[in-house]
Amino acid sequence: MKKILTTPITDEALADLNVGDIVYLTGHLVTCRDVAHRRLIELKQQLPVDVRGGAIFHAGPIVREKDDGSFEMVSIGPTTSMRMEKFERQFIEETGVKMIIGKGGMGEETAAGCLENNAVHAVFPGGCAVVAATKVEAIEAAEWRDLGMPETLWVNRVKEFGPLIISIDTKGNNIFEENKKTFNERKGAILERIHEKVKFIK
Amino acid sequence: MGNEQSIEHMSDVMSRFTSYIGKRLPTDVKKKQAELRKKEKNPMAIEIYDTMAENQEAADKLDRPSCQDTGVIQYFLKVGAKFPLIGELEEILRAATLGATERGPLRHNAVETFDEKNTGTNTGSNIPWLDWEILPNEDTAEIEVYMAGGGCTLPGHAKVLMPGQGYEGVADFVFDVITSRGVNACPPLLVGVGVSTSVETAARLSKKAILRPVDTSNPNANAALMEELLEEGLNEVGIGPQGLTGDNTVMGVNIESSARHPSTIGVAVSTGCWAHRRGTIKFNADLSYEIISHEGVTL
Repeated sequence: MKKILTTPITDEALADLNVGDIVYLTGHLVTCRDVAHRRLIELKQQLPVDVRGGAIFHAGPIVREKDDGSFEMVSIGPTTSMRMEKFERQFIEETGVKMIIGKGGMGEETAAGCLENNAVHAVFPGGCAVVAATKVEAIEAAEWRDLGMPETLWVNRVKEFGPLIISIDTKGNNIFEENKKTFNERKGAILERIHEKVKFIK
Repeated sequence: MGNEQSIEHMSDVMSRFTSYIGKRLPTDVKKKQAELRKKEKNPMAIEIYDTMAENQEAADKLDRPSCQDTGVIQYFLKVGAKFPLIGELEEILRAATLGATERGPLRHNAVETFDEKNTGTNTGSNIPWLDWEILPNEDTAEIEVYMAGGGCTLPGHAKVLMPGQGYEGVADFVFDVITSRGVNACPPLLVGVGVSTSVETAARLSKKAILRPVDTSNPNANAALMEELLEEGLNEVGIGPQGLTGDNTVMGVNIESSARHPSTIGVAVSTGCWAHRRGTIKFNADLSYEIISHEGVTL
């Protein structure tokens, strides 16, 4: 059965989630990436959307503006979460966000932020932007539009948005950090074997 | 056709083609992904491959860009010196980018460096980026459109090794880049390696390498062996789709090279993501054209 989280997300809803679990999200999802993080943390500007108990999406979508001024979500996939690593721990602390959705892993600082504040990071498969767009029921608001299409905070109402693969859980487990260790362990022996076969300089 | 009509015609074809490649993957890439999906045994990886396939179907059906990041548009040109519109190509490809941005629609990705302003048109200083190769006695124009997102551009790396490090050092470098930075770049990746004399020659060749079809080999036997070894080795690392582990890591490894200075080994890596959006179109002097990268296309 599909596990569906709804916003506002409670601590209880996240407590039994573990890395590798697949969930879906219903409710509100706000796009938030590099400059929004920088403005909040470095420039001390208040975020124009209250995301307490909510979810943010590291994503810069393609949005079509209709003649009546409303917006249509065309394509919205995740962007590389690691770019926000520098700011995310403090971002979680200050905004009370419960779920961060993006692509690829995040580092130790974000994992610490998730542990301290009962939050999670989840991966939506990168490049699957049309699947994601079809889960957006409406764009309800657009803030900080001066940042241009990719960086605007698009407030989306979503239904069963996913699959979302939990990559950092509320216990601070981090699937990508664990994988990285495995990859590095495997690498040594493979390279030794390759070295023997590519001694072209003699 | 008069000159103005010719310019308009070619701009229109290129605008439609640019928009098209944001929506549908090239035939070789599609085929490779179906193969990798078949080989995969890890359930999470299978779920991801299936979401990818569902996404490509949805993009096709809804006629939308398959990935939201439609990149900063790059055109790689192999143009005959006798191609009639050689002098107008820059203007044509700029118009094509503007057209594709509306038609796609494409995400607005051109940010003027230092001014930090998004131009909102996908054009800007030197953008679309044009990489020129002039063929002396030809009258055709082969144009490669490449739409790389930020994610698969971020791993890009170039370095100059000392000869003592040898091709062993090249292999180390490729592995370091892919295992440390490739994870976030939407694997399975197409890995392009340039082996050459300096950073910029290696970097350019590494990009050319990912424009080569997935299942082709370098004509040099040693280079082809190295492609094979790197591909097998990286797959053995098992990074899997989206870096969440799986039975494979890459769609392939392509190496391009040039002769080098005896004291240097320039090496660079460029990566293409699973949503590797590139397309090749070839124009004849009369502007009739053939699409090489995608089977069965009508623009």
